[in-house]
Amino acid sequence: MQAIAKELRRDVVQTIYTGGSGHPGGSLSEMDILVTLYFHVMRHDPANPRWPDRDRLILSKGHASAGLYAVLAKAGYFPKAELPTFRKLNSRLQGHAHPMTPGVEMNSGSLGMGLSFALGCALAARLDKRRYNVYALLGDGECDEGQVWEAAMAAAHHRATNLVAIVDRNRIQNDRTTDEVMKLEPLAMKWRAFGWRVLETNGHDYTALISTLERASQRQGRPTAIIAHTVKGKGVSFMENNPSFHGKAPSAQELEKALQELA
Amino acid sequence: MVSKRPNASTRETYGKTLLEMAGEFPDIVVLGGDLNVSVFTHLWRDKHPDRFFDFGPAEQNLVGVSAGLAASGKIPFVSTFAVFGTGRPFDQLRVLVAQPHLNVKLVCTHAGLLTGEDGMSAQGIEDLALTCSLPGFTVVSPADSPETAQVIRAAAVTPGPFYVRLSRAATPVVHGPGYRFNLGCAETMRDGSDVAILATGVMVSVSLDAAELLAQQGINARVINVHTLKPLDEEAVVSAARDAGAVVTAEEHYIHGGLGSIVSQVLGQKRPVPVEMVALEGYAESAPAQELMVKYGLTPQRVADAAQRAIKRKG
Repeated sequence: MQAIAKELRRDVVQTIYTGGSGHPGGSLSEMDILVTLYFHVMRHDPANPRWPDRDRLILSKGHASAGLYAVLAKAGYFPKAELPTFRKLNSRLQGHAHPMTPGVEMNSGSLGMGLSFALGCALAARLDKRRYNVYALLGDGECDEGQVWEAAMAAAHHRATNLVAIVDRNRIQNDRTTDEVMKLEPLAMKWRAFGWRVLETNGHDYTALISTLERASQRQGRPTAIIAHTVKGKGVSFMENNPSFHGKAPSAQELEKALQELA
Repeated sequence: MVSKRPNASTRETYGKTLLEMAGEFPDIVVLGGDLNVSVFTHLWRDKHPDRFFDFGPAEQNLVGVSAGLAASGKIPFVSTFAVFGTGRPFDQLRVLVAQPHLNVKLVCTHAGLLTGEDGMSAQGIEDLALTCSLPGFTVVSPADSPETAQVIRAAAVTPGPFYVRLSRAATPVVHGPGYRFNLGCAETMRDGSDVAILATGVMVSVSLDAAELLAQQGINARVINVHTLKPLDEEAVVSAARDAGAVVTAEEHYIHGGLGSIVSQVLGQKRPVPVEMVALEGYAESAPAQELMVKYGLTPQRVADAAQRAIKRKG
């Protein structure tokens, strides 16, 4: 999976470079989480994206679409040859993830909405007596949104045991660090106080990610929140922990350097 | 409401109709925000607790969850007051419901001035403007209780986002038992060719009374129930303008973005005629509903006055 992740990180920087804009920082920080989900944890069928029993990944931090597109293409939801159409006219690969892309569950681009949508999917599983799990991937800056906590309260109240929220805790949001913009800590205690089981993991260590996600998939009467400690821009030295690469495409020279580092 | 017609509650009709539909539509689930007794979905809650979810007064999440349920094949009926269902979660309606065109049914009560004593914050006078601004939404403002029952059924079988506007106060019944609601087709309730009054919601009853006043002066007014604001029955609007040469719009909604705006947009492009609008000019206040209707000009006399003005402006 590390090899896959390296390849997909190359796809991310290449896709955003070709698209001329996009969000490399969060697409790189989330990559190992997505690779673990799509290539190890989730039950899904790229040939049948609407398979009713599929596990679902809801990308709430929809600006990190380039990361998800790289993963979906690799998994076979659509040809990898489409990645260069990202953000271009007549493309299925929208700037923020939209369900017109095979494999994308939810429209996105306004933060804080994905956990509610995921809860709806999770409750539908109960109504239909299906066994699937729903994973909502949230940014840490996104947790500033009040709706996240409305959904957190509701998921615990309605005992959505098949719901897993994963917070990509890369500690940097659009402008600056999360500590500077809006203090989140104690983040784990917040989720616990809202009635969730909380697990923490290194979001780049596959052994830890697999064991944490497998634990999260064992239902325990409560929804599960995973705080995945990550590095913004992971894998590209000059993007790592650099807020200026939250929402900026690399230059040609930067792309070349990034691809060398990810070779 | 003061009228010679008997009053009936559209929100009670909503709750009862939904309950009747439970067996026929196994995919319907009902979502509420701690106002379920007021919107009459407590009837469903008590009979079908497994298909009912309360989210408290947290409407961003309420709409968000409904989108997830709709994307999973359910038909969610989401109900709260108009201000809390259209204003508070507008961005969720836009991003999670309208843009992916999901099958969410938003049925809101306590719209407009008829909300009465709770005052301006509770009186949703912008809900039609908000929902009509969302591409792909069907927007219906029923005239009375019998129409409401059929609108709710239409909502269940019409794919895509659907908004229904209901009142707190019981409103005059303008339809007989044989009435057949036809989504998207405006209903001519009274024929006439001196002026056409296009009304929606409770203003249909008010406009029928206005037509009586006009008849006493020898003016024959056509009264059209524009229950479906979106998609608008443009043919009915244009032919009314063509036949009468002057149009009045009547709505219990803010003058911007509702029926008057929508009708004027169509007529400006397709059949320019004088248009007078009876609508709210701004926010109101706390008072019994009927007193508000009088103070803020939503009366048969004011509609008749508007008709006279429109007729005078004919070329």
